[in-house]
Amino acid sequence: MNSVYRHRFSTRLWHAVNAVAMFILIGSGLGISNAHPRLYWGRFGANSDPAWWVLPRFPAWLTIPANYNLALSRRWHLFFALVLAFGLLGYMIASLINRHFARDLRVRGSELTPRHLLADARAHLEFRFHDPERPLAYNIFQKLSYVAVIFVMLPLVIATGIALSPAMNAAWPWLLDVFGGRQSARSIHFLCMIGLTAFIVIHLTLVILAGPLNEVRSVITGWWRVPEKPRA
Amino acid sequence: MIVGRRRLIAGGVTGGAALLAGCDRVIEQPAARRILFMGEDMHRGLQRALTNRDALVPEFSADQRSPFFRPNGTRNPGTAEYTALRDGQFVDWRLAVGGLVAKPLSLSLTDLGRFPQRAQTTRHDCVEGWSAIAKWQGPQLGDVLKAAGLRDQARYIVFTCADLYRGTPYYESIDLIDAFHPQTILAWALNDRFLPVMNGAPCRLRVERQLGYKHAKYLMQINAVASLDGIGKGKGGYWEDNVEYDWYAGI
Repeated sequence: MNSVYRHRFSTRLWHAVNAVAMFILIGSGLGISNAHPRLYWGRFGANSDPAWWVLPRFPAWLTIPANYNLALSRRWHLFFALVLAFGLLGYMIASLINRHFARDLRVRGSELTPRHLLADARAHLEFRFHDPERPLAYNIFQKLSYVAVIFVMLPLVIATGIALSPAMNAAWPWLLDVFGGRQSARSIHFLCMIGLTAFIVIHLTLVILAGPLNEVRSVITGWWRVPEKPRA
Repeated sequence: MIVGRRRLIAGGVTGGAALLAGCDRVIEQPAARRILFMGEDMHRGLQRALTNRDALVPEFSADQRSPFFRPNGTRNPGTAEYTALRDGQFVDWRLAVGGLVAKPLSLSLTDLGRFPQRAQTTRHDCVEGWSAIAKWQGPQLGDVLKAAGLRDQARYIVFTCADLYRGTPYYESIDLIDAFHPQTILAWALNDRFLPVMNGAPCRLRVERQLGYKHAKYLMQINAVASLDGIGKGKGGYWEDNVEYDWYAGI
């Protein structure tokens, strides 16, 4: 059986750190949301102001800690926010140096043609996730979703998080203007969380569909076993 | 195979819930707690290292103010002492400035009005997530501290309030970097009127680069100290002592 070295150490390390950080950030973030579960657009918004979304109260089993404790939710959230932010920075630097971005994530124009996209969509529906000719290559949907997460959603969730800091508002007031005010930033922060959660759910579903043992092994050891023939 | 997958997903969900609960067990360990709570120092250190310490928070125009500035925490201290002061329209109220200062002060509202005044329309960010914009006016805390003459040993400024929160005296503290920030004022006016009781009459702290719970209301005393040890439970404020809020509330 043919094995290929698929994930470099920096990618695997970042993946492991993120798995923990995202899990804790979402859980503690839902706990923080319970402190004021109303989302607004603009610069201000308090209880009697019109909210565009009144969130449900997230149950204790979904939040960190598993009871309402804003102070502890914040402690978890703010510690792992640093882990997420500096993890992303380190991974980006490593991936530029080891050419992971250039080699694996670069989207080519030919991959964006309707014909290619349709063919790849059909392959996904038939549970064929890898090109047997090029076992190391990501398919276009994989590339687009990873690019969206790495270069759009994660930077956005970090930037909107920084925009919620009153001290950082003093230092970088332009950041608030970019997002249209603190309450807009808070809304976008929450929407990013939904986007990232959706990504994680689809990501894990595809891992299970693509053969969980092989996929999980590859993200732990780096080595991925190439299927003998296309999976039917 | 399908059953296997289903079991895997079900296992994932239960495993996830167990992991979430596991976080609570982890944080009961003193070492883990210490590491997690270091996040506060890291954020303070990063913010202070990466940003201009004198940068001003955004100020707004009159028409950007919130229709209503909601109160939070204590709405009325309700103690006999405070009620008597309020009934006398605070003419007998005095703000004591003491501790590690060369010249302790006892300031009336009129005295506060004699300092150069700063008016600022700023956004108040509650730790809970809501925010409101209002205009505040009062002397800069830095000017008041200069008048009292801070001693070299002074490291923190402690604010003692008239209210008891759940039976415990409310207090807060900030360091000298925030105390001498130009937007840190002792506000006696909100939206061009004397502070209402629910917003901290007759005088409250505005420390604009921090979250709402640091903006102590119903000020009675300001003390310069060398250390926060021995004050309350030693963590620098009511919420820090009793509910583990961060002392540095810059994020």
